Amino acid sequence: MSTEIEAQGKSPGAHVHTQGAHRSYLIGLGYAVVLTLASFWASSTDLVYPPGIPILLGVLAIAQMGIHLVFFLHISSAPDQSNNILALAFGIFVVGLLVFGSMIIMANLNHNMMPMDRLLQMQR
Amino acid sequence: MSATEQALVTADAVPLSLQGPAPKRVVAGYGFWLFLLSDIVIFAALFAAYAVLSGETAGGPTAASLFDKQHVLIETACLLASSVTCGFGSLAMQSGERTSTYFWMTITFILGVAFLSLEVSEFAHMLSIGAGPSRSAFLSAFFTLVGTHGLHVTLGLCWLIVMLLQVATLGFQPMVSRRFFCFGLFWHALDIVWVGVFTIVYLGAH
Repeated sequence: MSTEIEAQGKSPGAHVHTQGAHRSYLIGLGYAVVLTLASFWASSTDLVYPPGIPILLGVLAIAQMGIHLVFFLHISSAPDQSNNILALAFGIFVVGLLVFGSMIIMANLNHNMMPMDRLLQMQR
Repeated sequence: MSATEQALVTADAVPLSLQGPAPKRVVAGYGFWLFLLSDIVIFAALFAAYAVLSGETAGGPTAASLFDKQHVLIETACLLASSVTCGFGSLAMQSGERTSTYFWMTITFILGVAFLSLEVSEFAHMLSIGAGPSRSAFLSAFFTLVGTHGLHVTLGLCWLIVMLLQVATLGFQPMVSRRFFCFGLFWHALDIVWVGVFTIVYLGAH
């Protein structure tokens, strides 16, 4: 059964070595705790240049998502995981398109919109 | 030659296209992985709506005045801890240890309920001060995004109960183990979405 699985690729989250698997969860937990506390600290600190805080938060969040993928969902760059990686890459592409596309389009529309008070004046 | 080495040799000798259908566990895991990615695309749409509408408060309460960071930190801790105990539970499941499977999964359930009750108490507080979803576009987007995540956690908890009942009645059959495995993926994915929620909604508030 196990030889069969390894010969034909792995599903996400599958772990083979039970001994090291507990450690992998604990390492992941350690990283995640550090990154979470860092995000909460960064959101209310005076030490960082204020306009840079959203970027710092974004970096910390993406790092933490990566930690979750590697240590909890056991996604890796191993050749038997190429299907999972490919699907993940497409997922990230769609998410990026959706979020940044919406934000750019809506900001642009907002910019081109007539201010509300002038719009009301014209309707009278 | 160990089983792993044997597998590597077979994998090299026979090309993937000639190896026949993959085992059911791999197919089920991959299919569920695709479902999770499409679920994350739904969340991406809600995140985009929130990002666009987060400033449109219509004279009502703003994000910075509503959210309590300490509350969110406790919620985050609950969900992160439950993700790890869920991982331990699925490891216990794989090695066929019944007692420790029940133990870790019960802790996962309790932490999930703790997260959910904290979220419900936050929503109840916001409704009581008149900051419901109908107050402004910002609050509509907030309740949709965070509420959808909460709904996923609720469904996950129901699924966990069903899985524990199946372990009790059907035992550690391959079918039950596959479902348990998919539940683990679902639970970890919810934690990933929560990282986005607390960063963008709670910590991004200013």
